[in-house]
Amino acid sequence: MAVLVVADHDNTEVRDTTHKTVTAAKSLSGEVDVLVVGQGSSAAAQAAAKIDGVRKVLHAESAELGKMIAEAVEAVVTPLMANYDAVLTPASSAGKNFAPRVAARLDTSPLSDVVEIVDASTFVRPIYAGNALETVQSNEAKKVITVRTTAFKAAGEGGSAPVESIGGADAPKTDFVGEEVVKSDRPELGAAKIIVSGGRAMGSSEEFHGVLEPLADKLGAAIGASRAAVDAGYAPNDYQVGQTGKVVAPDLYIAIGISGAIQHLAGMKDSKVIVAINKDPDAPIFQVADYGWVADYKAAVPALMEELSKAGK
Amino acid sequence: MKVLVPVKRVIDYNVKVRVKPDQSGVDLANVKMSMNPFDEIAVEEAVRLKEKGVATEIVAVSIGPAQAQETIRTALAMGADRGIHIQSDTDVEPLAVAKLLKGVVAEEQPQIVLMGKQAIDGDNNAVGQMLAALLDWPQATFASKVEISGDKASVTREVDGGLQTLSVALPAVITTDLRLNEPRYASLPNIMKAKKKPIDAKSAGDYGVDTAPRLKVLKVTEPAKRQAGIKVNDAADLVAKLRNEAGVL
Repeated sequence: MAVLVVADHDNTEVRDTTHKTVTAAKSLSGEVDVLVVGQGSSAAAQAAAKIDGVRKVLHAESAELGKMIAEAVEAVVTPLMANYDAVLTPASSAGKNFAPRVAARLDTSPLSDVVEIVDASTFVRPIYAGNALETVQSNEAKKVITVRTTAFKAAGEGGSAPVESIGGADAPKTDFVGEEVVKSDRPELGAAKIIVSGGRAMGSSEEFHGVLEPLADKLGAAIGASRAAVDAGYAPNDYQVGQTGKVVAPDLYIAIGISGAIQHLAGMKDSKVIVAINKDPDAPIFQVADYGWVADYKAAVPALMEELSKAGK
Repeated sequence: MKVLVPVKRVIDYNVKVRVKPDQSGVDLANVKMSMNPFDEIAVEEAVRLKEKGVATEIVAVSIGPAQAQETIRTALAMGADRGIHIQSDTDVEPLAVAKLLKGVVAEEQPQIVLMGKQAIDGDNNAVGQMLAALLDWPQATFASKVEISGDKASVTREVDGGLQTLSVALPAVITTDLRLNEPRYASLPNIMKAKKKPIDAKSAGDYGVDTAPRLKVLKVTEPAKRQAGIKVNDAADLVAKLRNEAGVL
């Protein structure tokens, strides 16, 4: 059986999440094709062709596909499913948006946020904000799967798959009006090796950015935030780490002034090493931290900056 | 303009979830249940649309056991006008929920279905999108701002990397994200009034939908627990441990 991976990309490169989804796809089938939809995304299609283990890349373009409008993406994916037994895509905001639409068209029960593929019909996925894991068996003829990419290793490079152009699609009932994309030179949250994350203890937007940005720049880290910090307006919504925000698993996660609500822990507890800095010794974050430091961040962060400088960072 | 708001009865978001020892599911016995928080936001948004004179009638629909009527009453107390209860004593999967809601839409002919982006029990984040596909309607998911003008809805969506604004032709499905609004508490007079508002009793059979599960839950387990580590005393100690012990710097 052949499977299709719908790529996550920025038009020039495919994101790491695509490589990870390819790994998940390979555990289902030896015949993995990648679909790149977008506008001006030829370079991304070429990049997808280099992922190890990819048989063929399909490439579709239109203005609506460039904005990942769900109706347009679904209109490209659904007819392709005549040739595939499963479609997988990262559980990004775009993937979560179009994948269930495809599932409804195919009259199949979708599998959201899969963290483990046990066999071709058995999948593990988190429920209740990650407080429980559900192992489900799907005997649907066509499977629609969104993948929690932090749970899979990235496929390597070295492939040389052919790229085939296919027709695009539009979304006649939906118009793109605009977007506010946060521009940053820092790594993306989902791909960062180190994340520095702040909570409500920061008290203001100025303090949040003033304290965390120099530390993040020193470490080459991405910046995250707890839901409390985002709700309070200290950080933009796309900084949010947690069950309802982004799920991350960097090598090093530094939680600063974050108490550790269940919904935040659900978004970062798979990080390799967790550091918590909080002045409340009873904060739940210390229960998951490898290294806990009971200290006020106001004194701790400058001291940490100084030590990092001494260590050549 | 009529607005349909599907609401789900779920375990209260403040309750610590416990997995049953026999791995058959999550323990729901004697646990506080509430309206799914994202659905509460949807009800609030619908009520605000009515207060602005955009919506004329709000219909709250819930699929679930007899107690789901309490969830509908909560929506009625917040400002919904009437309810529809589709009785089901077993768990209904998102695909079947979407099919049932399609049946409700066919009867009620709303211009907007406003619903939570996901229920906090199954965390599927699928029904709204599936319903839109079954109806061949446009969808605007993860809404943080909704404005209706004429036969269009302008919806700002929370997406990876920032915000995206779409204009969708009505009728449409809109799913709510956390920051769309802060739901009100129902006042006592409104709770009393809600008791007199009508709730239609329906069954899945009334809509000709087979709700038999397509997926088989083999087991429900607790995730691996992370062990608490050690405390460090100062920055030098922390940096040394991160370098030498953890090897991440």
